Amino acid sequence: MHRVICRGLAAVTVAALLPSAEAMAHGFAGDRFFPATILTDDPFVADEMSLPTVTLNPTQSDGSREFDVGTDLSMLITPKLDFTLSNDWAHTRIPGMSTQTGLTGLTTGTQYQLFINAEHEAMALAALDVTWGNTGRVAAGAPAFTTISPTFDFGKGFGDLPDSVPWLRPFALTGNLSLNFPTETETNGSPNPNSLFYGFAIEYSIPYLQSQVRDLGLGPPFNRMIPLVEFALTSPFNRGQTGTTTGTVQPGVIWAGQYFQVGAEMMIPTNSLSGHGIGGVVQLHFYLDDLFPNSIGRPISKWFQQ
Amino acid sequence: MKIAAIVALAATIFAAPRAQAHAFLDHASPAVGSSVPAAPATVMMWFTQQLEPAFTSATVTDKSGNLVDAGPAQVDPKDPTELRVPLKPLPPGTYSVAWHALSVDTHTTTGHFIFTVGGG
Repeated sequence: MHRVICRGLAAVTVAALLPSAEAMAHGFAGDRFFPATILTDDPFVADEMSLPTVTLNPTQSDGSREFDVGTDLSMLITPKLDFTLSNDWAHTRIPGMSTQTGLTGLTTGTQYQLFINAEHEAMALAALDVTWGNTGRVAAGAPAFTTISPTFDFGKGFGDLPDSVPWLRPFALTGNLSLNFPTETETNGSPNPNSLFYGFAIEYSIPYLQSQVRDLGLGPPFNRMIPLVEFALTSPFNRGQTGTTTGTVQPGVIWAGQYFQVGAEMMIPTNSLSGHGIGGVVQLHFYLDDLFPNSIGRPISKWFQQ
Repeated sequence: MKIAAIVALAATIFAAPRAQAHAFLDHASPAVGSSVPAAPATVMMWFTQQLEPAFTSATVTDKSGNLVDAGPAQVDPKDPTELRVPLKPLPPGTYSVAWHALSVDTHTTTGHFIFTVGGG
């Protein structure tokens, strides 16, 4: 018992000496590491950057097809608060019209980590995202109006399941729920409805399987792979657009390394309104906190501290 | 002048010391989730990064939660990615290993796994 108490005190001492270390880590809740998913917003604040995200979207219902190259940046202001910036360059081919290219508009966000529960591998954040009007080329699909989106993101690993179902413990679920409020009700006679966005990612972590449940002896590159299925739907709910839900289902895999990860997913439209055929997306994503732990990989509030 | 300032700023940001990262458990002996016929004298774990000995720990407990390790976990000075936990003589049963690792750049990771001795 004495040893247990001593070790407990030692653990508390370690935690007290290193208060910021875990807070700066990206995507950890206890034993669980959540990778940065491509379609679903991550449920954690972090110093990270996606560069690039290359997307060939499925052909849309009007026959157009869009190719995007995008980037996302997330920077911690404090260990629990970050800001995000994202933008895409789009190349859109429209039947019977000239091809349109240009930036699709700047999106900024502020995210606050509501909680991280290590024991239950759970976390959540609240965010406010803004897609700014007239910050891209409208002819290429950029909006001429600003949209404000309060967002809730969550993540839950299933490592706390009982030992009787060990093979289910590597599963994890992340999700988003956001409301989109355009600041203009219509543009050139077309309605801009308010909408509900909801998305989920179901992941099965091979690293978790091999380090926490059963070492199957899988070597590189499989030992760092996380197969997943993401899906996201947008449902307008006013201005005559109710019932026009669109979205995609995206099965794929993420390979998570020490300093970066690579993800690739197919894009399958959920209905004819969402398009037809199959698209695809690949993403290279960097963990800035691991690459630059003593400079930009720290919260801005700590940049000038020793 | 502006260019020089930008270059200096970029150099400050990107000339970080050699990057390190989170220490993930690469493999262990006895292997994670394995069953071994004879009781091991030591649990050995190998991580993906070098460990900070002062702030890295591990415990081994039996099914009742009693500690069965014979001393504190130690990082191998010759191979700082290896963590060893000496064990008391173990009767057949299932044992749980809990580790807390601090990599040399102060990133922490934790983990748990079990192994079984004999028929379990």
